[in-house]
Amino acid sequence: MKLTDRQWGLLIVGTPIVFFSSWAIFDNPRLYFVTLLNGLTLASLYFIVASGFTLVFGLMRNVNLAHGSLYLLGGYVGFMIAEKSGWWLLAVAGGFLSAALAGLLLQVFVLRHMQGQELRQTMVTIGISIVIADLLLWSFTAQVHQMDPPIWLQGPIRDIPLIKAYSAYRLSLLVFGIAIGILLWWMLTKTKVGAMIRAGVDDRHMLEASGVNVNFVFAITFMLGAGLAGFGGVIGAVELSMVPGEDTRLLLASLIVVIVGGMGSVIGAAVGSVILGLAETYGLAYAPTYSVVFTFVILVLVLAFRPRGILGRPA
Amino acid sequence: MNGHMDRNIGLRSQRSESPKIHDASRPTSLYDPYADSNAPRWLKFLWRNLSPRHVFIFIFLIAYPFIVSPFFTFQVGAQSLVLGLIALSLTFLGGYGGIVSLAQMSIAGIAGYSLAIFGSSSTDISLGWPWWVALFFSILIATGCALIFGWLSVRTEGIYTIMITLAFGVAFYYLVLQNYSLFNGFQGFQKVYPPQVFGVNWRDPIPFYFIALFTAFFGYLSIKWVIRSPFGIALQGVRDNPRRMEALGFNVIAHRVAAYGFGGLIAAFGGVLLVWYNGLITPGSVNTGWQINILVIAVLGGMGHPIGAFVGAVVFVLLQTFAIDIIDRERFNLVIGTVFLLIVLFSDDGLLGVWTKLSKRFGNKIDFPQSAAQTQRK
Repeated sequence: MKLTDRQWGLLIVGTPIVFFSSWAIFDNPRLYFVTLLNGLTLASLYFIVASGFTLVFGLMRNVNLAHGSLYLLGGYVGFMIAEKSGWWLLAVAGGFLSAALAGLLLQVFVLRHMQGQELRQTMVTIGISIVIADLLLWSFTAQVHQMDPPIWLQGPIRDIPLIKAYSAYRLSLLVFGIAIGILLWWMLTKTKVGAMIRAGVDDRHMLEASGVNVNFVFAITFMLGAGLAGFGGVIGAVELSMVPGEDTRLLLASLIVVIVGGMGSVIGAAVGSVILGLAETYGLAYAPTYSVVFTFVILVLVLAFRPRGILGRPA
Repeated sequence: MNGHMDRNIGLRSQRSESPKIHDASRPTSLYDPYADSNAPRWLKFLWRNLSPRHVFIFIFLIAYPFIVSPFFTFQVGAQSLVLGLIALSLTFLGGYGGIVSLAQMSIAGIAGYSLAIFGSSSTDISLGWPWWVALFFSILIATGCALIFGWLSVRTEGIYTIMITLAFGVAFYYLVLQNYSLFNGFQGFQKVYPPQVFGVNWRDPIPFYFIALFTAFFGYLSIKWVIRSPFGIALQGVRDNPRRMEALGFNVIAHRVAAYGFGGLIAAFGGVLLVWYNGLITPGSVNTGWQINILVIAVLGGMGHPIGAFVGAVVFVLLQTFAIDIIDRERFNLVIGTVFLLIVLFSDDGLLGVWTKLSKRFGNKIDFPQSAAQTQRK
């Protein structure tokens, strides 16, 4: 039987994973499955943040390196709203809207005026991220802020076979991730704006020529992408806590996710997030000091064999 | 490998090399006594390329540590030179290779960590080899890593390169932060000092300033030399139009990888000096903040000319030192971020670009040649 390249790839990647999994399940099934759940829940947070990043990139060829700052901004705003009102859902909405607004301002007042100058846009977003990070540090200090999950998600869910008990909030992250994924899919494939965005990703100039107000589509996409970062900030604030530095962590995660998954593709972001989330948590659980090496190896392998990412297409 | 490649490129590029590139950056003097004579080449070169401002700056740099206080010599002078040297590697890559790499600080960090591991520090992990062996291996390893980083990221262009090199850099940061067996985790390595040679303590402000000055000067000259060599000119061709260079028979990928290697070599020297300057290396020296600071320095000064890196570094260090007087000490990032943002928003080529604009308006003759990357951007 002759194997195609794809099958070879699956074989080479799959065999060690199968061996590791069977050993780990035999050795300590609970640890293995808890890590699996941890990995998937982390992946869904990464997906929420990175899908915004990849949307913006795919449409505008704009690497928004202030994406991590928007994540942190959303988190802090959500935290303040939750402190004042005690309503968690309100906090989530606040985080989404504040980041979306910040993103809109960034798009309309700065990035729109340098359309096409990719490098300069990137530099500007770096500058903005430095300023936002310092302003946030100024107003919220370097203290660790942690949000309480809503009452209906507090405490563990018990009596799950094998795992015994697992945090309800963490499981809800998985639900959030899947829900956002479905919503994005619906928006991109079934609505008119979604059709415009997809058309813009494929050929921006053609879209402009067919009479669509491209600036409007850009603004909507940027708002949505930034809003997703803010949304991720609020729901991440419960699980990961907020400190200065989280912004670069999430920015890096988004970068790796889109590099691995393929830039500009939402499905690629999902694939990349799952790979990164699982690699990180399994690395931390089974080889703590070298966990980051796994991430790096994945990055290197993908770059070496699929330079545009697993689901990436030529630009 | 490098030298071999240079020669190959040299053979091929002699035909396609255009004389315009040479002349654009050379101030044309009216009177040239050596035009037809058989004077030695270095004399001709000096006559044509040196102007009074070079001599003034050179004398100033030599005299500087003897005029100002040790604080200014060490904290401002030496630190600017060291940071400028690391930023210089980015200026070379970005300005002449069209590659904006955010991993230059990590290359410097790799050199620094290797030096601490092979040489001596207060930690048991250090092997305690003689300083020159440790120095040699740290430069070698860092340059090797730069070549590997380069080989992995050359397939990408423009903004993709930024993302991938940033990812490399952060991965290195987390590696040194989490690994205790080799990199000593959060603690890093303390007491990594320059050696005592010829009875001089090279950590004293004035001797250290001169090591930094010498290395920076050497780095600057080597870049000036490389960008006029056949390799450098081919590299600038690759920057401006990779497809055409490919069609002309140049190996685009090899040129880019070699550029990473050369940039890495310079960054490695900078990294060694940085460890000696700080006396320690910790994950904090290679975090994202510092990776971006190097970019800030290079962009602030301007990537159109190698001197930009040092101009940027002086401004950066002065702001860092005196931010406490302008606004709260803790708010340095706000100051530097705002300055960076303003420069990026309003100038095409950092402070050098501002200078060029001003000198054009006021009829000043001193002019920094614009790189093709900028003209392309407009």
